[in-house]
Amino acid sequence: MNYSSFKTTYSDDGLSLKFKGELTLYNLMKYKKETDKIESQKEKTALINLLELSFLDSAGSIFLNNLQKELELKGYMVDIVCEDKDTLDMLELIRVHKSTTQKITKKKKRNPVEKIGEKSYKTYLGAISFMAFLGELFTHKFRYLISYKNIRFKEIAFEMNECAVKAFSIVALTSFLIGVVVAYQSAYQLKLYGANIFIVDMLGLSILRELSPLITAIVIAGRSGSAFTAQIGAMKITQELDAMQTMGFDPYRFLVVPKIVALMITMPLLIFVSDIMALLGGMLVANIDLNITVDMFLDRFNDVINIKHFIVGIIKGPFFAFLIATIAIYQGLLVKDDTQSIGLNTTKSVVESIFAVIICDAIFSIAFTNLGI
Amino acid sequence: MVIKLRNVRTAFGEKVVHESVDLSVPEGSIYGILGPSGSGKTTLLREMVMLQKFHGGDIDVLGHNLKNIRYKEAMELRRGWGVLFQYGALFSSLNLRDNIALPLVEYTDLSEAMIDEIVAFKINIVGLKPEDAYLFPSQISGGMKKKAGLARALAMDPKLLFLDEPTSGLDPISAREFDSLILKLRDLLGLTIVMVSHDLRSVYDTLDYVAIIDNKKVVYEGNLDNIFSVENKFIETFFSGTKR
Repeated sequence: MNYSSFKTTYSDDGLSLKFKGELTLYNLMKYKKETDKIESQKEKTALINLLELSFLDSAGSIFLNNLQKELELKGYMVDIVCEDKDTLDMLELIRVHKSTTQKITKKKKRNPVEKIGEKSYKTYLGAISFMAFLGELFTHKFRYLISYKNIRFKEIAFEMNECAVKAFSIVALTSFLIGVVVAYQSAYQLKLYGANIFIVDMLGLSILRELSPLITAIVIAGRSGSAFTAQIGAMKITQELDAMQTMGFDPYRFLVVPKIVALMITMPLLIFVSDIMALLGGMLVANIDLNITVDMFLDRFNDVINIKHFIVGIIKGPFFAFLIATIAIYQGLLVKDDTQSIGLNTTKSVVESIFAVIICDAIFSIAFTNLGI
Repeated sequence: MVIKLRNVRTAFGEKVVHESVDLSVPEGSIYGILGPSGSGKTTLLREMVMLQKFHGGDIDVLGHNLKNIRYKEAMELRRGWGVLFQYGALFSSLNLRDNIALPLVEYTDLSEAMIDEIVAFKINIVGLKPEDAYLFPSQISGGMKKKAGLARALAMDPKLLFLDEPTSGLDPISAREFDSLILKLRDLLGLTIVMVSHDLRSVYDTLDYVAIIDNKKVVYEGNLDNIFSVENKFIETFFSGTKR
């Protein structure tokens, strides 16, 4: 590294600025602090001495150009002394480009009202475009229904394997643990009243009607929903969707509908698995903690839990599946042409589909209660 | 010599890409690496910029030997060159201004105003418009992405510039513009430029030296006038249209 320095000296007839060594990106801020301190003076000369400058880069050159203008504004007559050809070339280059370079204008900040307005308008547009997506989806589904040939069994089977068979173990494990936790928490309360056997009623109702469908939906939204979004989003970025369209492969037929159908078929099955596993978990705790044998548990279960509770839980499956799959795919199609939006839309997809599932569950809850089911 | 390769060997598992490659890039030249597809041109370029390990021989870049280079040296070296990737490789979460300013922000203590001015200069020099500065990479065309990538590569005033297929994917007019831009920059900033190219026009218009890589080694190195002095299938087909 060369030794670089900068010195200002004042004399009777003016000011001399002497640069030594290199003037580059790395050291010019140091020099700028000193040159900013120079006070304005009338009719004096300022001599910028570059004779001992060994290297000047474009940033340094811009700095010198600015310095010259500043000094002129402060009333100096500026003179640059330099003999090195490279340095002179660099100064000339900047001088020429300066005249054609326009300042980058800063984007002006917008006021909050404008921002809120824009945001609500965008939300409105988003809702409209989701409706448009649903409309397109239903017309495609309709076409599906009229012709047997349009059904892509292979894709559906593939998606069923991807999003259900492979999710089997995680759904089973989660449900089992939820069963254990719920039973354990209620066992303590029930013991206080000596109402041990009622654990069966409690578990049966809550697991079959609410817990299993919800747990399954949440696991699937986190697992398969996010995968749908990421896959379709990545395909959009790599222009695979465009390529499919130009070749006459309708993405709805090949990608969208098979996923939705596959999930709608498998969701009830997964809920069934979840029912079994959660009840097993509950049975285990009942056995250990409340001394209710498996036989007792099953007898009581048979007596008090009506089949309708099981059916209510299973019926929710296709609805939840539809919500998860459509939201995930819709978010995937919204991915823009940059890498960040995949992450953003995947997050949105999971959050929104879980939210939608819970809303849907609430509606079911109210409806079923009012119908007396 | 800015870059010197001696006996460079590259192998991916069983597959040998380069057996023994020797190259030397003189200062201030525009140097092209040519060869049939799959001959490992881009691999060689990636080895020169330390994106890829090589398995034998030596590579010297700007006086640093890349084999067993120390971390500090490597970081210093990385500031001393600029790389333009085939598709620009702009950071999609940043607008053009921030893309170009990024190395300046990270590596120097320059003030915002000074950075703005440097960015404006780089934007001007590569032929972009100042109002493009706040666009994001997803909003601009392929040609603009390359120009912006070039502006980013030039942000730190490198002495050495690597270009990976600079004119591929551009229309002929933009490609010629890009060629003259490269020539102009070389003359203005005294750059040494190493590029991989497939574009015959661009090869003839810009290159001072070429290296032809075929069959795992360099079959020709030198200027374009004597290109037919060696017998090679690739040279025959690639340059046949221009044979006199």
